[in-house]
Amino acid sequence: MQPTQAPIQIPEVIQLIDLKYYLIISTALFVIGIIGVLTRRNAIIIFMSIELMLNSVNLLLIAFSSYRSDPTGQVFVFFIMAVAAAEVAVGLAIIVMIYRNTRSIDVGLLNKLKW
Amino acid sequence: MLPIILLSVFGIVLLFLGFLKTRAVLLPAALLFILIALGAGFLEWNKSYLYFGDMLLINNLAILFSTIVLISAFMVVALSGDFLEDEMAQPAEYYAILLFSIVGAMMMIGYENLIMLFVGVEILSVSMYILTGSDKRNLRSNEAALKYFLMGSFATGFMLFGMALLYGAVGSFTLTDIKSYILLSHGRPSLLLYMGELLVLIGMLFKVSAAPFHFWTPDVYEGAPTLFTAFMSTVVKTAGFAALLQLLSVSFSAIYGFWWVILAAITALTLLAGNLTAVYQNSFKRMMAYSSISHAGYLLIGLAALGQQSRSALVFYSLAYSLATISAFGILLLVAKQHTTDGRPDESYSAFNGLSRNNPLLAFVLAVSMLSLAGIPLTAGFWGKFMLFSAAVDRGMVWILILAVLMSAVGIYYYFRVVIAMYFREGQAGRIRVAPFYQFILIAATALTIILGIVPGLFQNIM
Repeated sequence: MQPTQAPIQIPEVIQLIDLKYYLIISTALFVIGIIGVLTRRNAIIIFMSIELMLNSVNLLLIAFSSYRSDPTGQVFVFFIMAVAAAEVAVGLAIIVMIYRNTRSIDVGLLNKLKW
Repeated sequence: MLPIILLSVFGIVLLFLGFLKTRAVLLPAALLFILIALGAGFLEWNKSYLYFGDMLLINNLAILFSTIVLISAFMVVALSGDFLEDEMAQPAEYYAILLFSIVGAMMMIGYENLIMLFVGVEILSVSMYILTGSDKRNLRSNEAALKYFLMGSFATGFMLFGMALLYGAVGSFTLTDIKSYILLSHGRPSLLLYMGELLVLIGMLFKVSAAPFHFWTPDVYEGAPTLFTAFMSTVVKTAGFAALLQLLSVSFSAIYGFWWVILAAITALTLLAGNLTAVYQNSFKRMMAYSSISHAGYLLIGLAALGQQSRSALVFYSLAYSLATISAFGILLLVAKQHTTDGRPDESYSAFNGLSRNNPLLAFVLAVSMLSLAGIPLTAGFWGKFMLFSAAVDRGMVWILILAVLMSAVGIYYYFRVVIAMYFREGQAGRIRVAPFYQFILIAATALTIILGIVPGLFQNIM
């Protein structure tokens, strides 16, 4: 009869994967976010891409934090989530305001301001 | 620290004052609150304290930068009398958001931990997104708000990724920990640190509108209501440069050799982009937007040539720039209301034609602020430029100095276009009625610009 294994601590589970893979996937998500912001014309999708960038940062912070057994990185993640929520509130309000006036959320149509 | 707590409470109080039937109480209340915060800030003069679990450092430099921010905010609020007459405006909310945004600016000025920097930047930016779009039915204001919001949060993403990389290298968000990590690494800090510093710099340079991250600035400044443009171009810039100064001088002074080249290149690019594009503008407001980019370039000289003189030079230049910019926008507010083209205020140069005939005082105020922005002697702007340039000489950055002087000469051209329009062109500008308090603020700003221009030593004694 095999002895029951002790439950694995959560940080250890994370550490089964090498840190550099977390770095690679976060960077990949971040770059996908950047490409989304630069290429898409729909304000909501641009906005979602920005959220993707912020979440890749969260992932990276948590990975570093677990590898160092240091909680400050995770605390920062809470700050980022709270601030991102506030940003979403303001950003969606701005997009709704634009939609009311123009019946569209295509950023290509916004060309009133130029020299 | 006291001003931060006071302003947060006062902002909420102002929101409740908005329930009152009379709007007249809001403006004096907001001004009083800012003055109280200004006074409370000086209680901590000559004491250096860390607050909030070592996250916020209040020293004399931080108090001076906060004072500039508070003075700018006081002037902007004082020039906001129009809101009380406009039916659509929501003055209580505007003033409350302005106070909250000053809290963000103060956190950016005195931060000792990157978490505090992030929270401060976001408080300031989110407030600015709202104020930019506060003219809800105006398409231009909407467009400016969306552009500012999308580009601002994009830049925040870069800044955060940089902070995460710095955390990966150092294991802490504290500025002094980053510094000791660099010193202990025997000149070979991890690659993550370099990448992190670069990305944080990109995020912050975006906020202060340095080239090549400046493309949002003209559109946002032009589309936003003029009063909030004045606030944005002074408070955000002052706080942003204070934050950059803190970051570079505390944490990264040990790897100066790495970042000064990058910063010097960005300085040169900003000076060129700001000044050369400003020449081709026909709208005064848009010219002021490009002028704010070019002033970001001058301020960047102080950072690229980081040294003994940089701190006092940056403080002095921010003050001179804020005074001149706010009085220029104050005049623009008055003049643009007189004419309308296509149903919106006329903000082109021609709106100023013949202003000096019937409104000599307004013309004089604008002329002094233009001279100060151009850096003509006997104004504060001259000494600001002089101090920054001598910091560059100390570091032996002669080529940047030559470029900056050339660009100041270009600056004289576009700043003087409006002076020529006011004094030498014929126009049908009638007498503009100015409220006494409004007039007092304009005169005070002009007087301060001239006094600082004649006796700059007055200020250096404080430093």
